[in-house]
Amino acid sequence: MNAIALPDQAMQAADAAQGTVLYLDGISVSFDGFRALNNLSLTIDPGELRCVIGPNGAGKTTMMDVITGKTRPDEGRAVFGQAADLTRLSEAQIAHAGIGRKFQKPTIFERLTVFENLELAMKADKRVRATLLAKLSSAERDRIAQNLTLIGLQESADRVAGLLSHGQKQWLEIGMLLMQEPKLLLLDEPVAGMSDQETERTAELFLSLAGAHSLVVVEHDMAFIESIARKVTVLHEGSVIAEGPMDQVQNDTRVIEVYLGR
Amino acid sequence: MKTNLAIGAGAVIAFVVFPLLNLVVPPSSAFHLSAFWVTLAGKIMCYAIVAVALDLIWGYAGILSLGHGLFFALGGYGMGMYLMRQIGRQGQYQSDLPDFMVFLDWKELPWQWWGSEHFLWAMFLVVAVPGLLAFVFGYFAFRSRVKGVYFSIITQALTFAAMLLFFRNATGFGGNNGFTDFKRILGFNVTSPETRMALFAITAFFLLSTLLVTRWIVTSKFGRVLEAIRDAEPRAMFCGYDTVHYKVAAFTFSAVLCGIAGALYVPQVGIINPSEMSPANSIEIAIWVAVGGRGTLAGAILGAGLVNGAKSFFTVAFPEYWLFALGAIFIAVTLFLPRGVLGLIQRK
Repeated sequence: MNAIALPDQAMQAADAAQGTVLYLDGISVSFDGFRALNNLSLTIDPGELRCVIGPNGAGKTTMMDVITGKTRPDEGRAVFGQAADLTRLSEAQIAHAGIGRKFQKPTIFERLTVFENLELAMKADKRVRATLLAKLSSAERDRIAQNLTLIGLQESADRVAGLLSHGQKQWLEIGMLLMQEPKLLLLDEPVAGMSDQETERTAELFLSLAGAHSLVVVEHDMAFIESIARKVTVLHEGSVIAEGPMDQVQNDTRVIEVYLGR
Repeated sequence: MKTNLAIGAGAVIAFVVFPLLNLVVPPSSAFHLSAFWVTLAGKIMCYAIVAVALDLIWGYAGILSLGHGLFFALGGYGMGMYLMRQIGRQGQYQSDLPDFMVFLDWKELPWQWWGSEHFLWAMFLVVAVPGLLAFVFGYFAFRSRVKGVYFSIITQALTFAAMLLFFRNATGFGGNNGFTDFKRILGFNVTSPETRMALFAITAFFLLSTLLVTRWIVTSKFGRVLEAIRDAEPRAMFCGYDTVHYKVAAFTFSAVLCGIAGALYVPQVGIINPSEMSPANSIEIAIWVAVGGRGTLAGAILGAGLVNGAKSFFTVAFPEYWLFALGAIFIAVTLFLPRGVLGLIQRK
């Protein structure tokens, strides 16, 4: 009855019902005695763009491995959305649940065309039988065409993906993630090897995606982080040592000591 | 387009030219095609089916099996059991049991032979045994993420272990002598020219079907997923494909094709024994595919034809040098023709 009169309250109620997109609680991972993640806790809200920084070996990639099911944590909980327990799902199931991941090194299907790369990534029934009989509908072709425009590869649709430049491969991989229509995108060093202009366009793209998607960006390029960051998380030796707005984190004495200052 | 022309030409040769020259043209004529050539061509077509089957998983999915000779042999044994039962009482010992069982002083058929007198049951085994083995073996290997050269090595071990098992008399398949002295298939004399030609034509039909079905598979989205797995398996998984299912499906289908090829092979060459499971045989299959050109299907057929043609020539002309020649062919192809003979033709 009061819903129309009180839009703000309604919005808040909806937000509370949705809760967080990603909830990591006390995650620890060890490899042969080396603690890659040490009691790591992190929360990502719907539509948030979060940057994760930290020195090499801080556990950034291991954290992504835990979220995507590649590595199982020794301890702790990883919950996606309302109830999905990420520590029990396979990589493919996690992808279906709505998490897309870009690797540090661009990982695409080198000997397929750009178009085919996007076709395979597209959200669909990905079981064996459905794939054997799958036919592209015109609506699906349109989606791929839109995506090609978004990532600036419309001229290269029929090129073999292995022939693209490094920056274009990065964009293709991002395009493939978007074809999956994920709720959460994990982006590991997305602008590595990109020209300044490409980096700038990537920043614009990420800002436009935030809101509809949640993004977690791991990057070493501080200029890029500054151009997109709202909230920054700093990892060091497998734990969160600081979290907050960029300027606050930049002035944190511990962060300067372990990362920025060096 | 070119491939379709080649397929059409192959079909005309197999279904028209060969039968005419072999059955209609009298043996006195210079154009008569002797049984030797019919059998040789039929045998090579069986190998070609195996080569296409291996190319499907190696060329497209990047899975190099060095145990495909096992699936071929299992199909051959399935057919062999039926052929042994068709001998009836015409064997050396005039018994209802196959000769080797009489020789071993067995009084009744062991359980593995249940139903082997029925052609349809034997054909079921030809498909089901290699298929089931590949399914179970593939599932555990791929689920444990055994990849690349490690997978190749365990498939070698698998075929070697099977060979040792089949060498034993107690396994129930004739030990190291295997099965031979076949008399009839479906009541027809297995050595008569008409039966030989029929087997030849059926083999040609299966080779053609294998090529068309695998071509349909590799041009489907399923085929592109196999290529995706070959190029970047982690990306395929994070795209939401359960790659274990895809690899098991392709591996099992490939093994079934080998089983069918083996079943067609045995009545034409008249013998099956455990040496078909020797690790070297399976490696030779990979050489056929590499020579012809990986990931092309048609190249696999070409490679099987070229290498086995050369083998037939060498083993008659210079028997001692065949393995050297095979090694030289493999090295030459690896160094100079990474895309195989078909790659060479297509470049021109």
